[in-house]
Amino acid sequence: MSELIQMAQQSLWQPTGLVEQDISRTLGKVMVPGVDYADLYFQYARHESWSLDEGTVKSGSYSIDQGVGVRAVAGEKAGFAYSDEITGQALLDAAGAARSIALGSGSRNAIAVQRNDGLTPLYAPLDPLGTLTEKEKVELLRGAESVARAEDPRVVQVMVSLAGVHDTVLVARSDGVLAADVRPLVRMNVTVIAEQNGRREQGSAGGGGRVAMDWFGEEGRAADYAREAVRQALVNLEAGDAPAGEMTVVLGPGWPGILLHEAIGHGLEGDFNRKGTSAFSGRIGERVASEQCTVVDDATIPNRRGSMTIDDEGEPGQNTVLIENGVLKSYMQDQMNARLMKMKPTGNGRRESYAHLPMPRMTNTYMLAGKHDPGEIIASVDRGLYAVNFGGGQVDITSGKFVFSASEAYRIENGRITQPVKGATLIGNGPDVLTRVSMVGNDLELDTGVGVCGKEGQSVPVGVGQPTLRIDGLTVGGVAVG
Amino acid sequence: MTANATMTRPGAWQPVPVDDRESNLLAVAELALAHGKSIGASAAEASLGNDRGISVTVRNGEVETVEHHRDKSLGVTLYFGQRSGNASTTDFSADAVRACVEAAGRIARYTEEDPFSGLADPDRLARELPDLDLNHPWDVSMEEAIDLAQRCEQAALDSDARISNTEGGSLSSHHGSDLYVNSNGFQGLSRSSRHGYSCSVIAGQGDAMQRDYWYDSRRDRNELVSPEAVGTEAARRTLRRLGARKARTMTCPVIFESSVASSLLSHLVSAISGTSLYRKSSFLVDSLGKQLFPGNIHIHEQPLLRGAAGSASFDNEGVATQTRDIVAGGILEGYLLGSYSARKLGMETTGNAGGVHNLTIDPTMDDGLEELVREVGNGLLVTELIGYGINNVTGDYSRGAFGFLVENGEIAAPVQEMTIAGNLRDMFMGLEAVGADVDTRRNMRTGSILVGKMTVAGE
Repeated sequence: MSELIQMAQQSLWQPTGLVEQDISRTLGKVMVPGVDYADLYFQYARHESWSLDEGTVKSGSYSIDQGVGVRAVAGEKAGFAYSDEITGQALLDAAGAARSIALGSGSRNAIAVQRNDGLTPLYAPLDPLGTLTEKEKVELLRGAESVARAEDPRVVQVMVSLAGVHDTVLVARSDGVLAADVRPLVRMNVTVIAEQNGRREQGSAGGGGRVAMDWFGEEGRAADYAREAVRQALVNLEAGDAPAGEMTVVLGPGWPGILLHEAIGHGLEGDFNRKGTSAFSGRIGERVASEQCTVVDDATIPNRRGSMTIDDEGEPGQNTVLIENGVLKSYMQDQMNARLMKMKPTGNGRRESYAHLPMPRMTNTYMLAGKHDPGEIIASVDRGLYAVNFGGGQVDITSGKFVFSASEAYRIENGRITQPVKGATLIGNGPDVLTRVSMVGNDLELDTGVGVCGKEGQSVPVGVGQPTLRIDGLTVGGVAVG
Repeated sequence: MTANATMTRPGAWQPVPVDDRESNLLAVAELALAHGKSIGASAAEASLGNDRGISVTVRNGEVETVEHHRDKSLGVTLYFGQRSGNASTTDFSADAVRACVEAAGRIARYTEEDPFSGLADPDRLARELPDLDLNHPWDVSMEEAIDLAQRCEQAALDSDARISNTEGGSLSSHHGSDLYVNSNGFQGLSRSSRHGYSCSVIAGQGDAMQRDYWYDSRRDRNELVSPEAVGTEAARRTLRRLGARKARTMTCPVIFESSVASSLLSHLVSAISGTSLYRKSSFLVDSLGKQLFPGNIHIHEQPLLRGAAGSASFDNEGVATQTRDIVAGGILEGYLLGSYSARKLGMETTGNAGGVHNLTIDPTMDDGLEELVREVGNGLLVTELIGYGINNVTGDYSRGAFGFLVENGEIAAPVQEMTIAGNLRDMFMGLEAVGADVDTRRNMRTGSILVGKMTVAGE
C-alpha cells in the first residue's frame, strides 16, 4: 500500500510540486465548525480505445483526465467543488467553495494525514495500455475479426473494440487517512451481424478485468469472444416470437446475475435506505428470498472488473453478505450514509471521477452456488423460458419494479430446451422475485467482465454472477400471447 | 492543407467579441492545429468546450448537495492522408496540448488507410453563424438557488398529505462556450446556457410506495415555469400512481404520454443514423423513399429554432445544418449523416455529425392527451418506460412500463410491472395520432403518440 501511495504521489502531486502539507492545510480549511467530515480525491486517468469495423482499424483514441474533487460533509449535507488543475491554489479555492454548506468560517489548524499501510493489492498496479505495442493491439482486433469471419459465411459484419484505462487515485480524509490505488481496467468486445434469407441478427460477446491488455491474447480469449458472438447471432437467426405473460423462468449462470444487480442490489444501497425511499427500507432481518439464496457484494476477488483494493473514499474493499439463506443482512454503505445510519462503511463508496460526488455503489454482486444440477433444473420445468444472455436492465428503487432484457433465450417444453425465441424484456418485483426462486444450481459463474452500472448519471464498472436459477413466475415481455 | 481543400474561412465568424475564456479556447485550438501540422498531419480538427455551473439539491427543506462545476476539454483529430487518430485532454497547458496532439499522431500511425476518412467537404461548411438565442447566463447566487430549490420541493410536499417522503427538489444552471476549428480554416464558436428545476417525491408506505418526478429545462431562465409548478406536477404524477396493480396480458392500443413519446423518435434516429446504416445494423437499411408511417405523419428537423434545446447552425464537423423533412407523407425522405457515413453510403452529409437538431413530429390533431384518450376508448396509457429492450438490427421492441388503463375514454386505474412489446416497423406504421400537447424541453419534440396495437405482458 505504501508503494501505491508513492506511485500515486508521483503521478498526482509531483508534477505541480504538491506536498503533504498542502493537503493538510486544505483539509484544515474545509473543516470549519459545522463540517463533520471532508475528503480530497486526486485522480489521473489515461484511457485508450481502438475499434475495427468493415475490416479496417479505422479509429483509435486516447485521453487524459486529471483533477481533484473536494467534498465537505455536514450532517446530511454535502458541499462539492472540483478542479482539473492539481495545484495548491486550486485546492484552496475548491475547499472554499465546498465548505460553503456550513456556516462556520476561518481555518482550522492543518490536519495531519497518515498513510494507510498494510493492504494487499487485489491487482497489479500496472499500466494496462503499455503491455502491448500499438501494432499488437491492431493485430489483436484483426485476429478476432478473422476468427469471426471464418466461423460462418453468414457473418456479414464484424465490429471489434478494445479499451483500457490506467487509473491512479489518492484519497486524503479529514480523519487522517491517506490511501491510494492504481487500477488497471481493460475490456474487449466483438459484435457480429449475420444474415440469412434477408433476415439480419446480431450477436455480441466480450470480457475484461483489472489486468493488462495482453490478457486477451492469452488462452485464446479474443478468439473465444469472436466465436461466441457468432454463435449467438446464428441462434437468433432461428429465433421465433417470444412469449408474453407470467411463466416459470430458468436463468443461466453468469451474466444473467444482472437479475440480482437490478432486483435487489440497487435497493440495498445505503443512500436509498437512509432516506427510506427503497422498497427494502427498514427490512434488515426480514426474509426477502427463498432459503436457498445467499447473495454477496464482493470487491475482493483478484483481478475482477468490479474489484477495488480501496473504494473511492479510501476504505478497503470488502466482501459483504447482503442476503444469507434468504434473510436480509446488510446494506451497502459509503462513509456518509454509514455515519448517518450508525452502521459501518462497507467499502462501497464509489464515484465516476474526481468531478463527481461519491455514493454507495455495487462492486461484484453474485449469488452463491446451491445444490441442484443445472440439467435437473431444466428437466423440472413443463413449460417456461430459459434465458442465458442479457443486455441491460433498470430498476425503479421505490416501487421495486425492475427489468432486464434477454438477448438469447429458448422455450422450455416438457423439461427440454426447444425453440430459440427473440429477445424480450423480463419484468418483476425486487422484494419478492427471490422468494420465488425454487431451485439454485451448483454451477456458480461470474460474468466475463463487461458490466457498467449507471446511477444518477455516474457510470462505474461492476461485476455480476450467479448459478442457474429457477424462478416460479416472472413476467416475460414477448409478443406471442397465449 | 489537404489535397482537396482551399482555405475557406467563412466570413460570418466572429459575431461578437470573445471573452477571456473564449480567447483562451481560441489560443488552445490554434496551438493544437499548428502543432498537428508541425508533426506532419495533412489535416486536423479540434473541438473545445468550457462550461461552468452550479447544481443544488434540497431534501425535506434542507440543503443536501451543493456542487460547483467547472469543466473544460479539448479533443483533437489528426489526419495523415487517409489515416486518423483522436486524443483528448482536460489540461489546457501548452505542454499538455502538445502531448495530446502527439498522442493523436501516435494513434494515427497505427490505424489503417480508410478512403472515406477526412474533414468535411469545405463547400459544405457553414458560412453563416446566426445568433440562435441560446445563451442566457444566469448569475444566480447560491442563496437564491437554494431558495428556489426549496420552493420547488415545498410545493410538492404541501400538495397532499399522502406525500410521504421525498428525493428532493433541485436547481441547476450551466453556461459555456464550444469551439470547433479545422485546418480548412473553419472556426465556429457557439455559446449556450441551460437552466432547470426538478423534483421527485414519494407517496404511500411500504410495499405500496410510489415515486414520480417532473422537471423543466430551458436556455433562458425567464422561460422556465415556476419552481412551484414543477413541484406540484411532481406530486400530482406521484399521487396518481398510488394503488397501481399489474395489468393483464393483452393486445391493445397504447398511448405514449408526451414526456415518454420522444423515446420513439430517438429509436427512429438510431435506425436512420449513418453509422447504423453503413454497418447494416439497422432495421431501416435501404428505406429511403419508402412508406414507414401513415400518410399524415410529418417529421422534420428545425436546427435554427431560436432558443430551443437542440438548435445549432453547424454540426460537429462545421457543416451547415439544414431545415428539412425527414418523413413527409409518411415516407422517409432523409437519413442522418455526417461526412464519414455519407461517403461510406455514396451520399452527401446532411449536417448531422453529432446528432439531430430539434427533431419534430407535427401534431395530427388540435387537442392533447385527453382527446387522445377519448378517441382510443380502451387501451393503455404509458407514462414511464424502463429498460433497454430495443434491438436496432431487427426493430424488436420490449420495455418495462408504468401507466394507466384507459377505459371508456377515461384514464382509469394505475398499472405497473408490465411490458409493452412489438416491432418498431409495425409501431411506426401503426402510429395513428400525435397530440398537440408538445413537450418542448428536449431535442426531440412531440406530443403524446398513439400506437394502434401492441402486446402488453402482465398477469
